Amino acid sequence: MNTLRQFFDKIKPNFEEGGKLHAFRSLYDGFETFAFVPNTTANRMGTHVHDAIDSKRIMSLVVIALVPALLFGMYNVGYQNALAAGQLDNATFWGMFCYGLLAVLPKLIVSYVVGLGIEFTVAQWKNEEIQEGFLVSGIIIPMIVPVNTPLWMLAIAVAFSVIFAKEIFGGTGMNIFNVALITRAFLFFSYPSSMTGDDSVWVAQSPIWGLGYAVPDTFSAATPLGEIAAGATALSTSFCDQVVGLIPGSIGETSVVAIALGALLLLYTGVASWKTMLSVFVGGACTGWLYNALGLSPLDACQHVVLGGFCFGAVFMATDPVTSARTEGGKWIYGFLIGFVAVTVRVLNPGYPEGMMLAILLLNLFAPLIDYCFVSRNISRRAKRATSK
Amino acid sequence: MALFSKANMEALTGPLNLNNPVVVQVLGICSALAVTAQLEPAIVMGLSVTIITAFSNLIISLLRNTIPNRIRIIVQLVVVAALVTIVSQVLKAFAYDVSVQLSVYVGLIITNCILMGRLEAFAMMNGPWASFLDGIGNGIGYAIILVIVGFVRELLGAGTLLGIQIVPEWCYEHGYVNNGMMTMPAMSLIIVGCVVWAHRAYNKELQ
Repeated sequence: MNTLRQFFDKIKPNFEEGGKLHAFRSLYDGFETFAFVPNTTANRMGTHVHDAIDSKRIMSLVVIALVPALLFGMYNVGYQNALAAGQLDNATFWGMFCYGLLAVLPKLIVSYVVGLGIEFTVAQWKNEEIQEGFLVSGIIIPMIVPVNTPLWMLAIAVAFSVIFAKEIFGGTGMNIFNVALITRAFLFFSYPSSMTGDDSVWVAQSPIWGLGYAVPDTFSAATPLGEIAAGATALSTSFCDQVVGLIPGSIGETSVVAIALGALLLLYTGVASWKTMLSVFVGGACTGWLYNALGLSPLDACQHVVLGGFCFGAVFMATDPVTSARTEGGKWIYGFLIGFVAVTVRVLNPGYPEGMMLAILLLNLFAPLIDYCFVSRNISRRAKRATSK
Repeated sequence: MALFSKANMEALTGPLNLNNPVVVQVLGICSALAVTAQLEPAIVMGLSVTIITAFSNLIISLLRNTIPNRIRIIVQLVVVAALVTIVSQVLKAFAYDVSVQLSVYVGLIITNCILMGRLEAFAMMNGPWASFLDGIGNGIGYAIILVIVGFVRELLGAGTLLGIQIVPEWCYEHGYVNNGMMTMPAMSLIIVGCVVWAHRAYNKELQ
């Protein structure tokens, strides 16, 4: 740790005013404040919130919470590939994991390079401090796309969402929509055949650097929700596999167990709101039970919550502190409606097997309205209390 | 009064840039979203609006001293509706395919804010020639934006321009896919936003 500090101190003069690398000042600043907590604190005077943790440390915690789901996603990519090729008995754990790593890593790199590239450029151009918000978005984005998404599509979608969902609103903390979900929405509406299409997008189909297996061209694997949308009444995967996550799906969303590990960390550290998270699950389960009882959906409440991106969305994206409702009462309504809309889209719209993305984006839009209602209710209640005395 | 006096030229060229009806006054957005999925309907729509704006401006300007103030909107609407009907019939007769593509949006030119705006703000208080030039200028200012949006949307959304394949087959063979979102109206709003952004970044006095 000391050598890192010394290294930062040694190269610092190059980036100061007049230094030869002054043009990359924001880059240096970003990495230094990422590695070490800056010494500057908010002014003692005025209305500032003083907290021991700054937003870069919060972002790092979320990234750590995402790691189990990401690692499991890599393993699942290899597992699905071996399963599709019929070579499951020959495949080893490390063989499958390394294959997944090689399949996922380019997406991770593209997402970070494009997103951070735009962020650094904007920060340099506007002469501002580098914003850290993309740290989390950059790791979420590869986790919510199918494994066969081409890299150039991903790059365009990331550039689009960073510019149009984030920078034009004023950067980190100002966006009204979740940046990672806008990326997915852009891909979903721009290149629908690469995002759901003929169900061949969910399983990697060719070997990478000698790892993995070639899958026959005719192979296709639908996600469980895709099967239901296509009219099936029973799923081809067991409930146990669905909980563990050994099913086709977007890279990081399949495993409930890995997501639960991340959720525990987020809840233990208090980074994510338990009210939002719980109410999303309650909303989804109630709605799932309702549709199942009405005979509209063959899935019961439990399966609705476990399948698709529901858990991932509930834990990592509905709780995004920037785009979710901030009032304590508002969080309950915000979360409940996300669960309700997500399951409703799944059941009632045959064109969209999965509704979590649309539900969270819709409620992102309504979060300020929910907050406004709760704040004005508080104000009028207090005014009444003051006048009644 | 000179035909091309400074004031008249201002009426003609102002709407092309600093007083553009779409990107500065933000009028006529609805049809800019609806008809720009391809370049050809965008051009036809721009021309239609130019002709209708110019002649309705001219007619209202000639009538302006005889129109009772309390019913002026009705009179303006009658003039515009008559011109729209003529243009619509001409399109049906000579460019049937395009008129099918434009469908109701030719008829909806009646409700285009640019028209009523110019009639109220300019033709009711200026001479026929200046009003005519003002109509031409505003129509072309509107058409320019439609053509820009139509160009981007058709090129990226379908890989064609005016129906001619632009993106080579080679690209499709190597995995390029047309952007489906460009054919949706939502994307044209974003493109209009980008045009406004570029326009304001260039013309600092508008900021």
